[in-house]
Amino acid sequence: MALVDIRQLGISFGGLRAVDNFNLTMDDGQLYGLIGPNGAGKTTIFNLLTGVYKPTDGEFYFDGELMNGKTPIQINKKGIARTFQNIRLFSNMSVIDNVKTGLQAKYHYSMLDGILRLPKFGRMEREMTDRAMELLKIFDLDGEAEQLASNLPYGKQRKLEIARALATDPKLLLLDEPAAGMNPNETAELMNTISLIREKFKVSILLIEHDMSLVMGICEKIVVLLYGRVIANGIPDEIKNDPKVIVAYLGE
Amino acid sequence: MKNKKNIIYTAIAIVVYLLLFALVETGTASRQMQNLIVPVLVNIILAVSLNLIVGFLGELTLGHAGFMSVGAYAGCMFTVSCNLPVYIELPVAFVIGGLTAAVFGFIIGIPALRLKGDYLAIVTLGFGEIIRSILNSMDIVGGSGGLKGIEKSGNYTVAYVLMIITLIVISNVIHSCHGRSIKAIRDNVIAAESVGVNVVYYKMFAFVLSAFFAGVAGVLYGQNLGILKPATFDFNKSIEILVMVVLGGMGNIKGSIIAAVILTVLPELLRDLADYRMLFYALALIIMMLFSSNPTLVEFRQRIFSRSKREVN
Repeated sequence: MALVDIRQLGISFGGLRAVDNFNLTMDDGQLYGLIGPNGAGKTTIFNLLTGVYKPTDGEFYFDGELMNGKTPIQINKKGIARTFQNIRLFSNMSVIDNVKTGLQAKYHYSMLDGILRLPKFGRMEREMTDRAMELLKIFDLDGEAEQLASNLPYGKQRKLEIARALATDPKLLLLDEPAAGMNPNETAELMNTISLIREKFKVSILLIEHDMSLVMGICEKIVVLLYGRVIANGIPDEIKNDPKVIVAYLGE
Repeated sequence: MKNKKNIIYTAIAIVVYLLLFALVETGTASRQMQNLIVPVLVNIILAVSLNLIVGFLGELTLGHAGFMSVGAYAGCMFTVSCNLPVYIELPVAFVIGGLTAAVFGFIIGIPALRLKGDYLAIVTLGFGEIIRSILNSMDIVGGSGGLKGIEKSGNYTVAYVLMIITLIVISNVIHSCHGRSIKAIRDNVIAAESVGVNVVYYKMFAFVLSAFFAGVAGVLYGQNLGILKPATFDFNKSIEILVMVVLGGMGNIKGSIIAAVILTVLPELLRDLADYRMLFYALALIIMMLFSSNPTLVEFRQRIFSRSKREVN
């Protein structure tokens, strides 16, 4: 069974049809690209998949379970994590605390453990610190663990956001323009990181990106969106040569 | 490293208590100063507990005096109407006061889930004023004349123990995964939800815990003074506590303690200046504010205390 099965998903904001008849199936471990011009509805789809918006029609099955109407917290627990187009870190917290916040669902202890500093508190916090440091090491952030997240340079903030999302141990990772604002070197490095986390975490990735070299370089399949509708869906070579896609991006 | 810190804090706590003990028991401190000890400790509890909402959760509330008064009346009504030995009566009164205030914290937490910023401030301000008017017109608790005849059993030792408990509980919460969730909500609600932080639960929890300690502080206040008047718990009291939190630094527990001490003692010290008292008080506030947030002065201060690293919260 497919990990992600989206059937005729749609949402209207008043009279505006932001996403219409969106279909997508993703298998375990697949890397799917979601592209389209500005305002095509890409981030709206992310918001629908993570429960920020409620779809007005259609169904979204994840791991065989219907996700419609679930809250962002429930959806995260089922195994979907995301990053944001405009970075949303816990900026007044340290780098390691950002990751630990993502780890909390798994390494949980009760309020009483925390207030009375019972043994479980120490054990869980230690395990959490170890796991967080492991994650930070993968992203080469372990040297900055105690810094404030807002003091990190831009590229590292993006990485930290991915690390925080991975800390929740997702099966599906949604990356919203991870390369935005990065220079070519940083983008190349990010491509390596994405390949690495796919191997290491066995996670499926759905990726929004405007940087075509990145999308064409690492995505196995690509879906193209225009005014809320899918105009093309296939492997990168098909998409590159699809006349409708070329028109959408370059005009006639 | 962590243990070393704990030992230092414990040592400071013991030394401060011994100092208080020496000052009071030997009569070195004037009567005026002795009468100030418990109010200072009450204000520390209030400021630290308010900091949980304002500094760590990032919500502005102006109704802390409301929580304090609810707790104070509930706890002190209990001690007035019961005639148990003081060592049973007092702890029970603190628990009753704290729990009653916590219930109100829960009620006020409900709008806090939907309102933000100025709007929440106005709602909590209204709450504080409503509580005060109700107390004013309730004859059972003495109305505007106040609740009289409370046994003055809240001495400085009791107050000191309560303050230490408050500090331990709140700082332990802040430095646990629950505290991280609260701070995550402050920094970015949407991101917090996206990593599975239960926003509703933790907002509620912060309000309830904060109100609980405000209630305890209220009972302590009443048991120390021997009388409760609704007029004490007005809007100005809430602002006074908020000023302590802001001055000490949002999300900085040590800062709240220092600010609470200074802002309680300062008006008394300025008493000799008579008419010019409020002038100097305002001046002192402005200077302190500059000292804690003006970039040049902050740099200057950090150069002086370069050894003490800024704590990351």
